[in-house]
Amino acid sequence: MKLSTSDVEYVAKLARLEVTEPEKEMFTAQLNDILLYIDKLNELDTTGVAPMTHAIAVQNAFREDKVLESLGTKKALANAPDARGEFFRVPKVIE
Amino acid sequence: MEFETVIGLEVHAQMLTDTKIFCNCSTKFGGAPNSHACPVCLGMPGVLPVLNKKVVEFAMKMALATNCTINPANSFARKNYFYPDLPKGYQISQFAYPIAEHGHIWLEANGRKRKIGITRIHMEEDAGKLIHDENQPASYVDLNRTGVPLIEIVSEPDMRSPEEAAEYLKRLHEILVYLEICDGNMEEGSFRCDANVSIRPRDQHEFGTRAELKNMNSFRNVQRALEYEVKRQQYLVENGQAVIQETRLWDDAQGVTNPMRSKEEAHDYRYFPDPDLVPVVVDGAWVEEIRAGMPELPLVRRERFIHDYQIPAYDAGVLTAEKALADYYEDVVKLCGKPKQASNWVMGDVLRFLNEEKRDIRSCPITAGALADMIRLIEEGTISGKMAKDVIDEMYRTGKSPQEIIEERGLVQITDEGALAATIAGIIDASPGQVKEYRSGKEKIFGFFVGQVMKATQGKANPKLVNDLLKKMLAGS
Repeated sequence: MKLSTSDVEYVAKLARLEVTEPEKEMFTAQLNDILLYIDKLNELDTTGVAPMTHAIAVQNAFREDKVLESLGTKKALANAPDARGEFFRVPKVIE
Repeated sequence: MEFETVIGLEVHAQMLTDTKIFCNCSTKFGGAPNSHACPVCLGMPGVLPVLNKKVVEFAMKMALATNCTINPANSFARKNYFYPDLPKGYQISQFAYPIAEHGHIWLEANGRKRKIGITRIHMEEDAGKLIHDENQPASYVDLNRTGVPLIEIVSEPDMRSPEEAAEYLKRLHEILVYLEICDGNMEEGSFRCDANVSIRPRDQHEFGTRAELKNMNSFRNVQRALEYEVKRQQYLVENGQAVIQETRLWDDAQGVTNPMRSKEEAHDYRYFPDPDLVPVVVDGAWVEEIRAGMPELPLVRRERFIHDYQIPAYDAGVLTAEKALADYYEDVVKLCGKPKQASNWVMGDVLRFLNEEKRDIRSCPITAGALADMIRLIEEGTISGKMAKDVIDEMYRTGKSPQEIIEERGLVQITDEGALAATIAGIIDASPGQVKEYRSGKEKIFGFFVGQVMKATQGKANPKLVNDLLKKMLAGS
């Protein structure tokens, strides 16, 4: 076992996910399977291979510094679960 | 016990680009809430961020100005955490491969130079702004600032006092503003600073436990907060208590730091490479192109002023504190050829006028050309330095040229020797008592005659000429 139930609980908490006890067991088993599978890659000798962050050989994709029209406040707020005036409204985050 | 203070600073500087770092929304401060937002910076699913090239160029400028090594390949990572000012649930930042590392800047205090290391500079996006409701359990979110480009400049723990930390910040601020990549406005949050501070007994090599200070929005507050925190930690240690590693907020009104309510979990940001953004590759040619476009930096300019213009270090410091002021001064010098006089007038009168009205040199009613003209008029003897004081005052108030003012007021200095001699002869004739006293050796009374001549000429007589003529004529020849 690479991963324990408490690891699952920790990751779930960081991701703000609520998981039931049976789910914890299930996810622990599934995540362990995934990690074991990924471990297969470690069998490959990568000595002298530079780490890479992308699978495609593209670099320097830039944008010019030119202002284009934004959505506007009304559209920006259109999908908000809660809004007030020109603002998104959220539960208070400090006391 | 004697303690040593150890301080490291993290500075966030907003880049002066027109658009955000990953989308084409405007970065302008003060727009209607949520008016500068688009699907990319709102964090809508399926959108693709594309890097603003200018942000890379600005970061490279700062890297060169702070003697950093620019990493030929650098890339972006996601910093994951939940907070309502961060719509995506992660901040795009740089982690393992920042744009630049291993730099330094120099500080100068009491004639001694100190090198402060720069650990790294990286590019990232700013978060939105939260406004908390006073009465209801609600906060309001404005995402205009979300995605505004930032560079974070992290120093080594090289500073040894709050004054030194403030000095470092001022130098960094000066460089950013000189490079014209950040407006440096601390109140609007374009230049923000967090400080890591710890103390250790003088003979101890390892660092003590540090506290991170936030919420200081001026140079003065950074210094005050650090001074308070050093005292607090010393008190703890001297009383056998431990310093806890925590984040503390500076309370300006109370003049203290308080622990910030911990954001629950210890920070675990689970950084990983952002698959949406491809690596940034910087080759030597690009670096050289950026280097070629660099302006003269404040420290170099200061030394050049001292050397080329023969002005004191203090004057050079004041004149180069702001790029626009240094440019103004150099324009005046170029036009009148009198660096010392130009420095006196700029530092004395011009800066005093501007400070009184909290005005910027860029909106100064006295143009560099007008000031240079005035200095030339003094040098040529058209007006005296004393007359110039009135002239410059009116130049500032009205924006008129010195020539105009002199003409309007009939202020031309009397340099006609014959006319002056006649005036002086009249005064000598009218003051036989004083003449006798002077001739009997009471030379102090000389001032009386100068006063009389100035009165008779309404202050327009050339002072040197008056002195010479008076001496000659009072001697009885």
